[in-house]
Amino acid sequence: MKWATGLEFARARQAPWRSLLVWLILLGILLSGCSAPQQSTPQPGSSRTIINKGSDTLVNLALAWAEAYMALHPEVTISVTGGGSGTGLTAMLNGTIDLANASRSIKQEELDQAAKLGIEPIEYVVALDAIAIVVNLENPVDRITLPQLSAIYTGQITNWSQLGGDNLPIVLLSRESNSGTYVYFLENVIRLGDSDSKLLFAPDTLLMPSSEGISVEVRQNPNAIGYDGLGYVTPDQKVLAVAIDENSPYVKPSVETVNDGSYPISRELYMYTPGEPSGELAAYLEWIRTDGQELIPKLGFVPLIDEP
Amino acid sequence: MTSPVDRREPIKLGAFLIEWFVRLAGLSTIGFVILIFFFLLREGIPALFEVPLSNLFGTAWYPTFGYYGTIPLILGSLLVTLTAVVIALPLGIASAVFVREVAPNWVREVLKPLIEVLAGIPSVVLGFFGMTILVPAIRTLLNIPTGLTAFSGALVLAYMALPTIISVAEDALDAVPKSYRDAGLAMGATRWQTIWRVVVPAARSGIVTAVMLGLGRAIGETMAVMMITGNAARMPLGLDALFKPVRTMTATVAAEMGEVAQGSVHYHVLFGIGIILFLVTFVINLFAAKSIFKKRYRGGLR
Repeated sequence: MKWATGLEFARARQAPWRSLLVWLILLGILLSGCSAPQQSTPQPGSSRTIINKGSDTLVNLALAWAEAYMALHPEVTISVTGGGSGTGLTAMLNGTIDLANASRSIKQEELDQAAKLGIEPIEYVVALDAIAIVVNLENPVDRITLPQLSAIYTGQITNWSQLGGDNLPIVLLSRESNSGTYVYFLENVIRLGDSDSKLLFAPDTLLMPSSEGISVEVRQNPNAIGYDGLGYVTPDQKVLAVAIDENSPYVKPSVETVNDGSYPISRELYMYTPGEPSGELAAYLEWIRTDGQELIPKLGFVPLIDEP
Repeated sequence: MTSPVDRREPIKLGAFLIEWFVRLAGLSTIGFVILIFFFLLREGIPALFEVPLSNLFGTAWYPTFGYYGTIPLILGSLLVTLTAVVIALPLGIASAVFVREVAPNWVREVLKPLIEVLAGIPSVVLGFFGMTILVPAIRTLLNIPTGLTAFSGALVLAYMALPTIISVAEDALDAVPKSYRDAGLAMGATRWQTIWRVVVPAARSGIVTAVMLGLGRAIGETMAVMMITGNAARMPLGLDALFKPVRTMTATVAAEMGEVAQGSVHYHVLFGIGIILFLVTFVINLFAAKSIFKKRYRGGLR
């Protein structure tokens, strides 16, 4: 009864300005949510914690490097996350990470943004990667040319019999459109490196959100063709030998063929720092480009041996 | 309640604070919705000025290369969601009727918690199940090029919308007064006739609400859909579209938002898609709420 009386009393005392106050508080919350607070930029290399983020292609390699380096230098902590090349570079520009992984070189618009923020990103080539073309193990086709790949992925070749295979429809698999692998494949395979070309993936292309998505579908579907970083190809998929054209040799991707440049679909992988690195970060990058290279073959990528 | 005699200070203050706390907590929900909507508008509206409308409502979605046609995505979402509801509707209503009207008490006691467990399965688990079991099965059973289709997505979505539909529909059946059932039986109708001709029609508005809420759940679902619909941004036209890959709005936002450069055209377009999704869900919930309010004015029924 006393309780109820108190409530009654409070209700009776309620004045219009009180509800106004509530709305002002709400407005305050709203405004504070709108203006995202600018995070303070950590000095690269000054702390003993290195935050590393970016390309999903590179994430396993970056993790292996971080673990090996932390075993050698227990005083350094390195945290590695994926998310994609763009995510990593954006985070670097926003000052939330020290080191960005990218499977493509930095875009002009990202450089423009960096200039606006007064950051000069520095690029390091840390490894080589080859894109493997994968099909189901039951598929009799075992070699392909770049122009054929282009015709397949633009929807001009739609049946495996056109490539000497069984009379089955071709199901196109691709990585998501924001993956560095996607852009690389489009520019160098579908458009055959021609920068004036306006060719695009056929609209029927299935965009898989992960490497795992591609390997699951290739493993169980005899119609499928897919592409992915050599580091992610599992033995239950068949890797095709690729030639630049029908008069060139067909080459299977391997550490040797990528290193000597005979496999036609390979690329460089990068790390970026916001400005000249110092301290632990500089030491870590130096280690990656020397002793760290020994770890690369174990992850299916290709080390830089004769890189100038 | 009306005797304003006892006005001791501590109780006045305590009650006052608690009442305001409760009020703030309640209002904050509204506040957050408004906040999110304004945030969506602020980030999404610039897309309308940056991209010509003919591009924005075109049929080609290649965001990396400046084609921002959202029509395949909107149609993709509609195709998957509506098919899911068509599958879930009869199953859901039949389950609700079984649980409420047919099943003996002990079966009901077992089934109700199980249905709630069904609602609690994370969508990524369902997606993984779909990817490894359902997708190959659909490909071989239907003999189509790939099992990553709108139909696979719709099946999993139907499964995810079912708990919502069953629970709400069951509540609606529960609200039908016992006198309706007694009257039906007294008129000589069989149990089946009573359920189908009297009880279910009487609970109609509640069942519509159930379907609406299930629809809202289905259209916003992301993870499972992204894993098993193939995500090909093709126009889902023609009779066989259901058995071909589609790309939904939610999967597009989820897949692309992580990589997009902040403040870019693509970023604004993705928020634009968010606005469309927000509006669709809002309208669906509005209809659901409307049918809830309508119930109050019907005699004998809550």
